[in-house]
Amino acid sequence: MINQWLVNCLSWGMGCLLLVLANLSQAGTFEIVEYEQALIKAKFDQKAQIMASWYEADQAQAVHLMQLMLDSQLYYLKQDKRLYQVEDASSGAIAQRIHDGGLITLKKKRDVKRVSINNRLRSVFRQRVTETQLSAAKPQDRLAAAESIIGDTTPELMATIARLRLGETDASVLAAFDLVLAVATLHSSNEDQQRQSIRLLGESLHPASLNALNGFLLTYPQSPLIPMVGKYVEQINGKVDFYGSLETIYFGLSLGSVLVLAGIGLAITFGVMGVINMAHGELIMIGAYTTYLIQQLMPNHIGLSLLVAVPAAFLVSGAVGILIERGVIRFLYGRPLETLLATFGISLILQQAVRSIFSPLNRSVETPLWMTGVIDINPLLSLTQSRMYIIVFCLTIFLLLLAVMKRTRLGLQVRAVSQNRDMAKSMGVRSEWIDALTFGLGSGVAGVAGVALSQLTNVGPNMGQAYIIDSFMVVVFGGVGNLWGTLVAGLSLGVANKILEPWAGAVLSKVLVLIFIILFIQKRPRGLFPQRGRDAKG
Amino acid sequence: MLRNSFWKYAALTGAVAISNIALAADTIKVGVLHSLSGTMAISETTLKDTMLMLIDEQNKKGGLLGMQLEPVVVDPASNWPLYAEKARELIEKDEVAAIFGSWTSVSRKSVLPVIEELNSVFFYPVQYEGEESSKNVFYTGAAPNQQAIPAVDYLINDLGIERWVLAGTDYVYPRTTNKILEAYLKAKGVAPEDIMVNYTPFGHSDWQSIVSDISKFGSKGKKTGVVSTINGDANVPFYKELGAQGISSADIPVIAFSVGEEELSGIDTAPLVGHLAAWNYFMSVDSEANESFIESWHAFIKDEDRVTNDPMEAHYIGFNMWVKAVEKAGTTDSQAVQDAIIGVSVPNLTGGLSAMMPNHHISKPVLIGEIQDDGQFEVVSSTSGLVVGDAWSDYLEGSKDLISDWRSPLSCGAYNVKTAKCSGQNY
Amino acid sequence: MMRLLNNDVGGRWLIGSLLLAIVLIPVLNSLPASSSLYFPTYSVTLLGKYLTLALLALSVDLVWGYLGILTLGHAAFFALGAYAMGMYLMRQIGDRGVYANAELSDFMVFLDWQELPWFWQGFDQFWVAILMVMLVPAVLAFGFGYLAFRSRVSGVYLSIITQAMTYALMLAFYRNEMGLGGNNGLTDFKDILGYSLQSDHTKMALFIASAVALIIGYLLCRFITTSRAGKVVVAIRDAEERTRFMGYRVENIKLWVFVFSAMLAGVAGALYVPQVGIINPNEFSPLNSIEVLVWVAVGGRATLYGAAMGAILINYAKSYLTVELPEVWLFVLGGLFVFVTLVLPQGVAGLLKRKGTE
Repeated sequence: MINQWLVNCLSWGMGCLLLVLANLSQAGTFEIVEYEQALIKAKFDQKAQIMASWYEADQAQAVHLMQLMLDSQLYYLKQDKRLYQVEDASSGAIAQRIHDGGLITLKKKRDVKRVSINNRLRSVFRQRVTETQLSAAKPQDRLAAAESIIGDTTPELMATIARLRLGETDASVLAAFDLVLAVATLHSSNEDQQRQSIRLLGESLHPASLNALNGFLLTYPQSPLIPMVGKYVEQINGKVDFYGSLETIYFGLSLGSVLVLAGIGLAITFGVMGVINMAHGELIMIGAYTTYLIQQLMPNHIGLSLLVAVPAAFLVSGAVGILIERGVIRFLYGRPLETLLATFGISLILQQAVRSIFSPLNRSVETPLWMTGVIDINPLLSLTQSRMYIIVFCLTIFLLLLAVMKRTRLGLQVRAVSQNRDMAKSMGVRSEWIDALTFGLGSGVAGVAGVALSQLTNVGPNMGQAYIIDSFMVVVFGGVGNLWGTLVAGLSLGVANKILEPWAGAVLSKVLVLIFIILFIQKRPRGLFPQRGRDAKG
Repeated sequence: MLRNSFWKYAALTGAVAISNIALAADTIKVGVLHSLSGTMAISETTLKDTMLMLIDEQNKKGGLLGMQLEPVVVDPASNWPLYAEKARELIEKDEVAAIFGSWTSVSRKSVLPVIEELNSVFFYPVQYEGEESSKNVFYTGAAPNQQAIPAVDYLINDLGIERWVLAGTDYVYPRTTNKILEAYLKAKGVAPEDIMVNYTPFGHSDWQSIVSDISKFGSKGKKTGVVSTINGDANVPFYKELGAQGISSADIPVIAFSVGEEELSGIDTAPLVGHLAAWNYFMSVDSEANESFIESWHAFIKDEDRVTNDPMEAHYIGFNMWVKAVEKAGTTDSQAVQDAIIGVSVPNLTGGLSAMMPNHHISKPVLIGEIQDDGQFEVVSSTSGLVVGDAWSDYLEGSKDLISDWRSPLSCGAYNVKTAKCSGQNY
Repeated sequence: MMRLLNNDVGGRWLIGSLLLAIVLIPVLNSLPASSSLYFPTYSVTLLGKYLTLALLALSVDLVWGYLGILTLGHAAFFALGAYAMGMYLMRQIGDRGVYANAELSDFMVFLDWQELPWFWQGFDQFWVAILMVMLVPAVLAFGFGYLAFRSRVSGVYLSIITQAMTYALMLAFYRNEMGLGGNNGLTDFKDILGYSLQSDHTKMALFIASAVALIIGYLLCRFITTSRAGKVVVAIRDAEERTRFMGYRVENIKLWVFVFSAMLAGVAGALYVPQVGIINPNEFSPLNSIEVLVWVAVGGRATLYGAAMGAILINYAKSYLTVELPEVWLFVLGGLFVFVTLVLPQGVAGLLKRKGTE
């Protein structure tokens, strides 16, 4: 074994050679401790060599260590220079010794140092790990490993796969193996084999298949199989376009739900109450900062903290909203344009307050694990999970709000006050109380939107500014005072934006959408779904 | 009524006049021109604090020329014309000996005519697009050849990148950098169809389509890398979207020129591990100078969690160069300082010496760092020697014949070696 | 002219002070710098800038105070005028740019442009630039107003779409493909009409030009508001439907006042640029438009002189506070918004008027 290592080493260069000589002079056998210490001392380019020889010596352990390094969990204790697995290096954390599995508790964070790797090592290790995953126990691991090497293999790996294929029982893994082999047999001299490969690749949607077929077109322009390949390529391209447009619509819907979320609180305060609330963006910001604070309070339960943050943000932003209504806005009813000025002033004050309290720097809000990742529909279409949650969250908020406005007593009173204040008053509705609650509701919903946005973008003093104009556009386009209008407007603006983006660019598509809104308002001055009644004048 | 408005007017003019009376000069005043409110406050407030710390330390060492230094801090409120107005105020009214300030290119461009007209001294600490060399400005941040070119070299040689996405915010720094890189890559034999260029507006927040495009661009069988000149606020949603679409640094590495420790402190860095940045300084650099700089920064700001970054180092270098030049000239007179500062070299924080070059740019090492999950960078590569900042890029059509040398007899910021003519400032 | 200022004490004071400043400031500026009455050139330019902003406030007051349109997009007209002037100043640089290209500006060389874009043609002529300063905002205002007023978009909807307009323009001007310098905008101007912008005399001349423009602008606004048409304008503000039923072509009157106001804003922008030395897309920012409203509200809406006064006062406060108490500035500005709308709906002018009648 040592000889084998020596041979490998020699081909790798001097650094390794010296290492080996040093080791050999100590003892005849090669101990794990020597690997460990070599790894700790090594520079980046030596680490690959050390791990490669370790792999030769003890495949399972080497792969385990590579995986740990990939996950940034491999550390060494400065004291004894041995390797440990540490999940989260902080004082009091548990560290597990690699060679005997013994556990120790860290006194200080600085007692341990991570075994660092760089990108090149990362890809080398990943490849090694993938290779062993090809014969992993779980079929989904094997599938993932097989898919990752389609179109990217070595002859040795092909031999391995051909061998593994014989014993494989899972149908989808088998199909992936076949694709891997098909890419190779594409270049075979046997035309029948080639035809078979082309058929296999032509029916798969994997991007590597298309690349392989395109490669075929370039490499063998004289081949009689060209028309067949051309037909398949055309067919795949058609599917690529189809799924591409599905993806665009999904992107549009998710952008649209962000717009709806940002605008829906405004649909209440502006749409129902007629208050032009320029501080709306800052209420979203307050919701996002609430999320940040809750995460600070429960750092070990990121997922849960997000769930807690939803009601918390609703309450905090709602309370701030009620404060604004009681303190300023109630003196300005009937003067909508002046509420614009006053609330703009409030927005400046809130921004600077956040800057003074939290510093002007952005705050980091973590994304829980269950929100990351993608849902693979097929190799051409995968939907991002976080966006899926945002869409669902948006619809939930919308339906809840709709239920509150249409089905509850509060909703009834809100609508009564907004339609005819005096009549409502004479029917015993406490209109002032309703005003405050309505504004609180709208503000609270803005806060909830802030929780969602904290998962997508910066949490900082300027974040409100980024959404205020879009929010107004959505509400005005949809028709003031109509929740359904806001939903339809938000989603359609989102989709329109995403459809325009590929050929107009991100900036121009936004400009075009704005111009469209301006022209649309000329045509239908009350938006998509105008509110009926004589009181509806803006 | 009559009296009221008269006094209002009188008070207005009076206040302007009184505030203009020069104060007695027993201190040397140093202007600090960084935005403390508005959109740029996020980056610039730290630099203001850095300047206050450096001045404070210098005073503890006995000041300069036997006098104490006095910082004059003003807030241009992220408003570009206000930068020019405040600069004029600092020079004409407060009579500062030098100004340290600005972040964005547009704010520097706004200040430039004022500084040149009043023949003052200005230190600009941020990496920028080059294509400029003023007699009065000292560029302590990186020029494109001190950041972009070594970064691309690293991607080619160490990561084997063959397909390139140049993604940036639509303004002059990314435009220029990407133009230089495009020319550089083509000169290295990269085919035009292997380069994708994309521009987005400031604060762009919806990256779904672009990240999906990048991912498709990268699925064509060649190893793909992204060179990001995306600015400030747009970075967080960009990286979040990369993470959301499951693109890791091993699939498609991103190397950024505008993302440093401070930007990372506002991001959850777990999904970013392994992505890269190119700078001339990282907080994680192991050197004595850096160790003591971080220590005094933490003591000054009274917060152990605050990070240090590249523009802070640039101010550190620039301020020390200015101090040394003033000592050399024996006066704070701006003309004398401009003459004295060329050739001055001071320690940088990475353990070497940086020198002020005749083109008013400085020599620095270039480091490539990988993002770690604690928000710090691990240096994975560094240039063997110092790289001298190049004011005029050799890869741009308009500027490849231009050189800059502010020493006499040439004394010119844009000298065309082909036509032997000087253009730009004073010509 | 005196007829226009009948019953307008504030206006008489405004014009009186401006005339006084035109005479006095050059004298004070020529005193030796050691004199306690010396008025430094730096302050002259600053005051000149305030006056151009006062002119902008005047144009907003005409639309908001008299037409009742809460415009959230007047900064667009201001910026367009400023860009037109900036283009002239860019052309005046000639071959003194860093790339020494007589035909193309530095940023065009930079972006590899081979020839001057068509819309830059003619801007080397001062009269073309001056024409464009008024024409471009006027055309935009006409097109926008024609559509909006004819379809009777009003109130909040109108406000929001004026905001959409300036926002769309801002995004468009940020694009480098626009050919107007992108984010950096236009800067590094050298001279105007052959006079160096750095010379004290030019600066004084620009200050005087700003003061004269403000006087003329004020008188024109006053003429509009006190004329017969002006009475109709106020009638439109207070009861649009009734005025319409009385047979007035409400749309046309609104449109022409709107267009005039846009031209005034354009002129203000044109005078602003040479004094601050840079124009960039940030001037289109919706935030700027809203800030102008505060100047008008603080000074006193629908008084004209109040708007001018408010602009000068707040901008002076801004210059002062951003130096003395940088962190407090936004609190003060925000507080002013709330305070004025709640306590001083008539602004400072209203306060003075009340004092005067007491």
